[in-house]
Amino acid sequence: MKTWQIMSEALPQMLKSALIYTVPLTVISFAIALFISIMIALVQYSNVPVAKQIARFYIWIMRGTPVLVQLFIVFYGLPKLGLVINAYVATVITFSLNEGAYMAETMRGALESVPKGQIEAGYCVGMTYWQIMRRIVLPQAFKVAFPGLSNSIVALLKETSLASTITLPEMFMETKRIASRNFEYLILYVEVALVYLAITTLITFAQRKLEKKFNKGY
Amino acid sequence: MMLEALDIKKSFGELEVLKGVSIGVEKGDVAAILGPSGSGKTTFLRCINFLERASSGTLIFDGETFDLANITKKQIAEIRRKTAFVFQNYNLFRNKTVLQNVTEGLIVARKVPKAEAREKAMDALRRVGMAEKADSYPHELSGGQQQRVAIARALATDPEIIFFDEPTSALDPELIGEVLGVMRKLADEGMTMLVVTHEMGFAKNVSSKVIFMDGGVVLEEGSSAEFFSNPHGERTREFLRTILERDEENSSVTETPTEGKE
Ligand SMILES: Nc1ncnc2c1ncn2[C@@H]1O[C@H](COP(=O)(O)OP(=O)(O)O)[C@@H](O)[C@H]1O
Ligand SMILES: [Mg+2]
Repeated sequence: MKTWQIMSEALPQMLKSALIYTVPLTVISFAIALFISIMIALVQYSNVPVAKQIARFYIWIMRGTPVLVQLFIVFYGLPKLGLVINAYVATVITFSLNEGAYMAETMRGALESVPKGQIEAGYCVGMTYWQIMRRIVLPQAFKVAFPGLSNSIVALLKETSLASTITLPEMFMETKRIASRNFEYLILYVEVALVYLAITTLITFAQRKLEKKFNKGY
Repeated sequence: MMLEALDIKKSFGELEVLKGVSIGVEKGDVAAILGPSGSGKTTFLRCINFLERASSGTLIFDGETFDLANITKKQIAEIRRKTAFVFQNYNLFRNKTVLQNVTEGLIVARKVPKAEAREKAMDALRRVGMAEKADSYPHELSGGQQQRVAIARALATDPEIIFFDEPTSALDPELIGEVLGVMRKLADEGMTMLVVTHEMGFAKNVSSKVIFMDGGVVLEEGSSAEFFSNPHGERTREFLRTILERDEENSSVTETPTEGKE
């Protein structure tokens, strides 16, 4: 009974910090990462000179270094250059840049999978390159990229727990705070894991539903 | 002449694929381009519709002269607006319905109002016998049906000439007829067409004119009747012989099962 009591007392605080921090951080970071990834994938796919090299360089850095180190550079490092950023913004910047690189690779693969003949057909009916991209290639690429992008949301959600290291009171930070008062480490950390699991399961469920809906079309 | 190509040259790196190709097409002509595979037929067609940039050459289209080595984007757009292309692999937009495939070029590229574009598209689809499938997606159609939609997509923009690159080569034998039927109908209606094909029946009976290409040059150009009754060059005769042998083999292959043990 004691276990249940500890858990049910902690749950509202966990959910509150999830609602204020964990979930919005995930959603905002994902939206920005999505924008970045489309741009980065497009300049590579469309062979835009210079921008393409910058894109490769960005992906190389982001995927080759730990996200925790990136987070520390942004939050603890940049103030040394006079750039003080609050924890929330630092988290959004770091995670959207980091996950954006992974998503860019997903998007690029998806773009490459769209049969090129359709681009030529688009030219032949008089469309411009960007009209073809927007109306023909990108919609098809999104469908291919969708499962990969959903994985990225799940990854982002879990990664937000790292923000506890830069003083952000997101869900894991809150859990640690409660645990440091009542010393119920096992119960509380298992509980917070279950809350993460519940949210990721929800996302996966929504992903399945949406995929089914997509597949009804073309 | 409605369309004249003069001395078109094209190289891929070291490989010179077109070594100075010249042809002419009159309004109402159905011109078949024949020739062994690898002779540059596709490349030629792609060069005069700018899917490939020619190294040099001149295009006279609709009374205007274009230098292919120095053509501008605006000129390319202008020529493309008056021409259409039908591909070997149909290349329909997979995320669009049959109707949307046909309206896309009208609404997006030509700014035709939606209702009018729909009218035009349905009209084109009726001409190829695909109006009932207007709301289907390409993957729900057979190859022959997809190619007919591709032809409707070409027709809808009221082109002065349609280029076809082996429109039946990707099709199962039993589906070739429906596509050739549509093309024959267009020919009867006076549509100007330039058709790369291996269908000798089409070249002989539908096309008014034959262009024989080999090794990146045009070896013969003349009326269809003359080409088949009295081919001049040795290469032409050799090509016709192999093609006719192939066609005979094919027909004997398709006939044997009825006599077989099955
Ligand atoms: N994009 C390309 N890059 C390099 N070589 C090509 C390319 N397209 C065609 N070729 C070569 O050009 C020659 C002519 O090809 P093509 O025009 O397709 O002939 P056809 O349509 O008559 O069969 C072939 O040797 C082919 O390998
Ligand atoms: Mg070819």
